[in-house]
Amino acid sequence: MSNTYDPVEVTPLHADEVVQAQADALAAIAAARDLDDLKQARLAHAGDRSPIALANREIGALPPAARAEAGKRIGAARKAIGEALAARQAELEAERDARVLIEETVDVTLPWDRAPRGARHPLTTLQERIADAFVAMGYEMAEGPELEGEWFNFDALNIAPDHPARSDHDTFFVESVDSGKVLRTQTSPVQIRALLSRPLPVYVVSPGKTFRTDELDATHTPVFHQVEGLAIDKGLTMAHLKGTLDRFAEVMFGAGITTRFRPHYFPFTEPSAELDLRCFVCRGSSAVPGNPPCRTCKSEGWIEWGGCGMVNPRVLLACGVDPAVYSGFAFGMGVERTLMFRHNAEDMRDMVEGDIRFTLPFGMEV
Amino acid sequence: MKVPLSWLREYVDLPAVTAQEVADRLTAAGLKLEAIHSHGHEIKNVVVGRVLEIEELTGFKKPIRHCKVEVGEATPREIVCGATNFSVGAVVPVALPGAVLPGGFEIGSRKTYGRLSDGMICSEAELGIAESSPGILLLPQGTPIGADVVELLGLRDDVLELEVATDRGYALSIRGVAREAAIAFGVPFRDPAATEAESGGGESWPASIADPSACDRFVLRSVTGFDPAAESPLWMRVRLDRAGMRSVSLAVDITNYVMLELGQPLHAFDRSRLSGPIVVRRARPGETLETLDHVVRTLHDEDILITDDSGPISMAGTMGGLHTEISEVSTDIVIEAAHFSATGIARESRRHNLVSEASKRFERGVDRELPLAASWRAVQLLVELGGAVAGPGVTHTQVEVSPVRITIPADHPSRVAGVTYERETVIRRLEQIGCTVTEGATPAASAGHGVAATGVLASGDLADRLTAHGDDLITVTPPTWRPDLTDPNDLAEEVIRLEGYDRIPSVLPPAPAGGGLTEAQRMRRRVGRALAHAGYVEVLAYPFMGPRDLDNLLLPEQDPRRRATRLVNPLSEDEPYMRTTLLPGLLKTLVRNVGRGHADVALFESGLVYRPEPQAPATAPVLPVDRRPTEEELAAIEAALPRQPLRVAVVLAGEFERSGWWGEGRQASWADAVEAARTVARAAGVELGVRADQHEPWHPGRCAALTVTDAETGETVLAGHAGELHPRVVEAYGLPPRTCAMELELSLLSPDGPVQTPAVSAYPVATQDVALTVAVSTPVAEVEAALRAGAGELLESIRLFDVYTGPQVGEGNKSLAYTLRFRAPDRTLTAEETTAARDAAVALAAERTGAQLRGA
Repeated sequence: MSNTYDPVEVTPLHADEVVQAQADALAAIAAARDLDDLKQARLAHAGDRSPIALANREIGALPPAARAEAGKRIGAARKAIGEALAARQAELEAERDARVLIEETVDVTLPWDRAPRGARHPLTTLQERIADAFVAMGYEMAEGPELEGEWFNFDALNIAPDHPARSDHDTFFVESVDSGKVLRTQTSPVQIRALLSRPLPVYVVSPGKTFRTDELDATHTPVFHQVEGLAIDKGLTMAHLKGTLDRFAEVMFGAGITTRFRPHYFPFTEPSAELDLRCFVCRGSSAVPGNPPCRTCKSEGWIEWGGCGMVNPRVLLACGVDPAVYSGFAFGMGVERTLMFRHNAEDMRDMVEGDIRFTLPFGMEV
Repeated sequence: MKVPLSWLREYVDLPAVTAQEVADRLTAAGLKLEAIHSHGHEIKNVVVGRVLEIEELTGFKKPIRHCKVEVGEATPREIVCGATNFSVGAVVPVALPGAVLPGGFEIGSRKTYGRLSDGMICSEAELGIAESSPGILLLPQGTPIGADVVELLGLRDDVLELEVATDRGYALSIRGVAREAAIAFGVPFRDPAATEAESGGGESWPASIADPSACDRFVLRSVTGFDPAAESPLWMRVRLDRAGMRSVSLAVDITNYVMLELGQPLHAFDRSRLSGPIVVRRARPGETLETLDHVVRTLHDEDILITDDSGPISMAGTMGGLHTEISEVSTDIVIEAAHFSATGIARESRRHNLVSEASKRFERGVDRELPLAASWRAVQLLVELGGAVAGPGVTHTQVEVSPVRITIPADHPSRVAGVTYERETVIRRLEQIGCTVTEGATPAASAGHGVAATGVLASGDLADRLTAHGDDLITVTPPTWRPDLTDPNDLAEEVIRLEGYDRIPSVLPPAPAGGGLTEAQRMRRRVGRALAHAGYVEVLAYPFMGPRDLDNLLLPEQDPRRRATRLVNPLSEDEPYMRTTLLPGLLKTLVRNVGRGHADVALFESGLVYRPEPQAPATAPVLPVDRRPTEEELAAIEAALPRQPLRVAVVLAGEFERSGWWGEGRQASWADAVEAARTVARAAGVELGVRADQHEPWHPGRCAALTVTDAETGETVLAGHAGELHPRVVEAYGLPPRTCAMELELSLLSPDGPVQTPAVSAYPVATQDVALTVAVSTPVAEVEAALRAGAGELLESIRLFDVYTGPQVGEGNKSLAYTLRFRAPDRTLTAEETTAARDAAVALAAERTGAQLRGA
């Protein structure tokens, strides 16, 4: 720092001049109407050539005794100007932003449906959901052909050659009635394939397409879908079957929804049962006289869901499984029917016809 | 089976419970309630009256009578009636004013035909007894006047309609249902078949069984002097009607009544029409029979027949012959009660498309011990109601059948159910259903339930292997009315169901160690999701197609898609084939959607197609079931089945990107179809090759062949096609113009193993643009492949950003503008390096495709 000073230049250091410069600066800042004005004010009152800056530069030229006092005075002025600039800058920027962003406002409610919308068929995704419930219980998914050998579809399942299901009133025959080939009438032949091809124990679930010669109407379709389950292990009982189906019902329809067995007859299971599902809408309350009716279960409290039973030892023998060592259970249910009551679908024709209005709402999963 | 509760209560002392409660117990026992039909509950104020005076009114279009009827009140009622089947003194049911008839039909006092009608004289139909009735119901003389008609005739009843499973033939009778009801309520059962049937007195008519595989018991009884004019009593007609059978004549009604009550089908012959001894045998070649329905039927050599010297007189258990039918003049009647082969009757019924109440029962198994009792009951009714005289004697021919015996450990039901049943419980339940239970094992000498067994008996080795092993053996002889009981588990089911399926606890088995979904199963789901996300809606079309589809798709004569599996009994003769391609179903679904007003449609389907092999055997063998088939046997089935690969296909038309306030959209094009294939391939994790091809049903200039690399052989495999459809296909199906499609065989797509992680370089990218001129016919894919190969490892990505044709590139040429991005894993590339890589890329493109660098 220089010890010499130039008395001529000392003049601006007068206190009232500093006060005046600060006041001019603050007035100019306050008067700035936009960011450009403010930029000019900044140059004029805080720039390198501004009075305060020049004064600041002269502090070093003052006699040492005066420096401290002058430095303090000028420092305060600079600080005030700086703060005023920053404040005004923020104010003006906010004003500008508010104005510009409002000018850029759009109608965000405008549609933007340029890309096509797709969806998966609910019968597909329902089969996946059902399969997943069993995969989570340790089952694997087994598959088989849709055009199947009669032996797999009937004989191996203990369906005698004269069983009415084997007539062309129920079964689609392929090429000729004695070709030994049919369109599978159930997913049960997959049980046979699983038992023949997999090491024991076997726990499989097999969803798939099945065929019967019904006419298409609101509640029938000649091409439909079933999910079949099979468990063959040592010591399996009907209690295990009940436990498995109760768990499945809960996974699909919520806690507390259980199943009911009613005696029935199927050639491939013995004992056999029809499987009812506790109505997941009214939870059975509609069956009690005096309570409000229920559309889903027609006020029966239960919904017919499928069939099940202990695998007939004759079926095990046809697959080379020793019924003295192994036992197990099988069950099956219609996917269309499940979709109908789970999603209030009233007409099976909608599932067949492929109208996009039916499928789109189901999205990617059911 | 329709069961009037009043009939049921004759044989079982049911407690005072509602029809619903009875039905609930029966449902739990396996006789599922279909419906409850209530009768007569709403009828009131119908009384017995006597006609005192009849005045015929004239001047109306039909005869009208004005009657005075005594109804047990101080003064007779005046009633107008349109029926004429009564005279003065007739006893009739009268609905008084204020009466309610079935259907809630209220009767009042009214003026009609110029007279006061103070009530109504009722017919059977009006009382809900019959479907229709020609005149009013005439009650027997001596019926107390003024008595309540509903009480008097027992019109108030509930009918349980039960679903009877195919193995429970015994439940197609009041007898069988009453037995179940008695067990369900724990009350006594009176067996209506437990009568002392007269069995002496020689043959009533000569008869023999010629084929013991067709029939193992044949019983005939006869009556004479039957009054053919005798009418069926009202109670019988009411019961038949409520059980779902029409009243025909007294003799026929009696056979039906006994069948409903006991479960034994009966047939009545006019004795005077029989000639010579009756023989039960199979049909002979060329034989015919005119049946009751006036149809002359050509008989099949397996048909079971009742014959006499004249030839066939009845198709056993199915339908009687016209000639020997009892008529309105028959006075001497022969009643047949037999035990026919269940499978024999089942086949006969199906062969002739004849399902009767009799065939339904024989098919499901009839009690072998019923014919004597049932025929006796019918004779008694003919005597009692028709004034007949029971003929002497009874014809009883039979084939000896030894009873079925099943040995099980006493705890077998417990082991099946997972519930502990006491030994006494097991035995008590088996005895309740009519089994005989003895201690210990019996040598397996079971010869069977006779010809009518519904359950197929296991013999020899199979029987051994079906035997349930264990200690504490009991031997069970099922009753003759339960031919369905043949195996240990059949007995287990009886115990478990009677103890209640609701007693079975819910126990989750320990979870097996499953491996989750397979890679192929996951891939299928990914593909479906990817296409749906790309804007396609999934459909599940029927997998059928017809010859017209093959023509509509322009498939050439030798196209393998023309080699389709034909159905014997298709839903529609227009579509007798199993699909060999997914396109017909998708295209028809597209047309349906367009027809319903959806102009912009993109659809996909994933499913099997059926591709018979030309050299495949025509038939798949039906293998034995008493052992595991050999691998060769199983292979013989597989060889006869068509190949059934999984395919995926899309079709799209209209705008694929929609027009809107933002401007014009974009029409679906061949490029979308090819991109759909790429979407599938990406989801599958497979590299897809695309090249130009000509393949029906695609536009020859806008068709891409889709290829994948076989994971094992490394060969390029054709997997499908995509593009715009041929205009003639569009026209044939009535599709929107320029409809596009893609079809790909998913079964050929298998991911190349786990994705290998790429090295992500943090060094800067260097970009070079090149414009190449090639012949218009040069596929872009080849140019790009050459650029990639030539650029080498430094190339990070390549993108075609412009395609130009025009005067600047010359006739027959196009310009392709690419951006090449280069990056090194370990350094910043120098300008020299990137330029060298670019030059190498261009050089290779030039070499392979003749590409010229523009501006060079």
